[in-house]
Amino acid sequence: MTHTTTDSTILETDILVIGGGTAGPMAAVKAKQKNPNLRVTVLEKANVKRSGAISMGMDGLNNAVIPGHATPEQYVKEITIANDGIVNQKTVMAYAQRSFDMINLLDEWGVKFEKDETGDYNVKKVHHMGTYVLPMPEGHHMKKILYRQLRRHRVQVVNRYMATRLYTDRDGRIAGASLLNPRTAEVATIKAKAVILCTGAAGRLGLPSSGYLFGTYENPTNAGDGYSMAYHAGAELSGIECYQINPLIKDYNGPACAYVTGPMGGYTANAHGNRFIECDYWSGQMMLEFYRELEGGKGPVFLKLDHLAEETVREIETILHSNERPSRGRFHQRRNTNYREKMVEMHISEIGLCSGHSASGVWIDEKARTTVPGLYAAGDLGSVPHNYMLGAFVYGAIAGEDASDYCAGAGFGEISSEDIRTEQRRILAPLHKSDGISPFQMEYKIRRMVNDYLQPPKVPKKMEIGLERFKEIREDLPLLYAQDPHELMRANELQFILDCAEMAAHASLYRKESRWGLYHYRVDYPETNNDEWFCHVQTIKGAEGDPECFKREVEPYIVELDDEEKDAYRKLRVASTN
Amino acid sequence: MPLAKVSMSVPVVVNAEACIAGKGCTVCVDVCPLDVLAIDEALGAAYMKYDECWYCLPCEADCPTNAITVNIPYLLR
Repeated sequence: MTHTTTDSTILETDILVIGGGTAGPMAAVKAKQKNPNLRVTVLEKANVKRSGAISMGMDGLNNAVIPGHATPEQYVKEITIANDGIVNQKTVMAYAQRSFDMINLLDEWGVKFEKDETGDYNVKKVHHMGTYVLPMPEGHHMKKILYRQLRRHRVQVVNRYMATRLYTDRDGRIAGASLLNPRTAEVATIKAKAVILCTGAAGRLGLPSSGYLFGTYENPTNAGDGYSMAYHAGAELSGIECYQINPLIKDYNGPACAYVTGPMGGYTANAHGNRFIECDYWSGQMMLEFYRELEGGKGPVFLKLDHLAEETVREIETILHSNERPSRGRFHQRRNTNYREKMVEMHISEIGLCSGHSASGVWIDEKARTTVPGLYAAGDLGSVPHNYMLGAFVYGAIAGEDASDYCAGAGFGEISSEDIRTEQRRILAPLHKSDGISPFQMEYKIRRMVNDYLQPPKVPKKMEIGLERFKEIREDLPLLYAQDPHELMRANELQFILDCAEMAAHASLYRKESRWGLYHYRVDYPETNNDEWFCHVQTIKGAEGDPECFKREVEPYIVELDDEEKDAYRKLRVASTN
Repeated sequence: MPLAKVSMSVPVVVNAEACIAGKGCTVCVDVCPLDVLAIDEALGAAYMKYDECWYCLPCEADCPTNAITVNIPYLLR
């Protein structure tokens, strides 16, 4: 039994950035550039040198809007259609308009993008309609480059502290955050005028089919912290029913990388080696076709590279085995999978929440503002669909700049000492016991139930049973026992996961139609119903303390779609394989 | 509720002879996103304390003496 006590010390910063992965460092740097006199702090659960989704870098940009290859208007159309119409186009446009400047800034900072012999960016086509993919064959230096900028701009970095809850003042304005050190179990409070949540996806929601808790697609450090903290702070979340599900290499959590292999001639195939989808860009519609093929008589699904020339395969290996998920090579080696000789078996990932890939996030506007005054969200957490890494940088920049302006007119909100004591007792409780249920067991059970009841195809009765199970697990929370501060971190993370699981079930039950292909495939309402459900579904913490959902109208489009374009993503199946 | 001790084979293997944790190096412990590595003070070497690996490789890539090998966890090998 470890004895740690509550602590009434209150630290202070002007802008608190929670999460130092991709969006976070950019937010901090841009806030400092806007006003160098502000105190800007990046709080990181791990270490900013190697944290977040791009800890080992990234092999390319998925959504580069580069003059001569794509226009912001085209991109807004593409994402509107890929997301079945449910987008606040202004937010997508705000990204698209800054996309090219951001690429140039990263280029200036030393990120190496693929260029042609004339020095222009070498953009490739992967999406259904436009051309947006820019490879970064040496993208493994990304975190080093960001770290250098954090130092240069004198951003205060606090590593190995996790935020557990946000504090708001009596008027509901952001006031600060509660902190926990996962190595010492020290607790602290930090006051801030503005908070920017950059905590990434809810990556530990579903259980990977291997059963290994940490073998997730997303960096498992990202347990859904920001979703849960925004929810408890009273913010609106959006599109939670639009899960993230990705095509992956079977058993290995790396993407099959249509973005890397596609432009070089690789493709997704069925067991007969035939193409069955027109376009490998990740969308819900593509995932539904993938799922059908996987479960069908011509399944499972494979990544086909064995027809490619030796030098092409070698180039693919060099990129895939050194960037993003570099342990991929040794996984294949043990399975005797040589890209030249056989197709690579694929599977679908566990479910998660992530705006970067799908559209499930904390609701933000085109200034990255949430519905809580002073609270911002960016990156995989902020509700701008299909935003990916470059979108995280752009929205980090937007959030940092706007928060900087916000601070000029804002004072510090009051945090009640009662709130602090209650929160610190809550987060430390699992340490103050001598036995009980381990965080490992409780997390495993939550995530196994997520797989059993929440995974698509979605069945309402299953969702309801899932909610009953989650409620029982919630009643078990007082039994949680952490042997040390590390386990205490896991004990707190699993409570984020539990919140996300309940929100996912509520939002999935609320939207009584099917949309986004597999992401929200309701077996009892298999059709899309635009008359009743052409709207966002928002989730908020209700008066009873349970998630409540409501409809939010889709803002009038600023870029109109042509009728024939609307169905582009619905016609993904190759006709001959129907 | 009594607790059991369960042993697990862990994916991160440290070559204790090459490891310079005894001289104060903590690079692998510092960079691990999941904070699963620790230093065995008696041995003067790093080791994997918690079986919670993303096999992401910063520990191996950043180790100054190439003392670390990250294997794919057994469950998904």
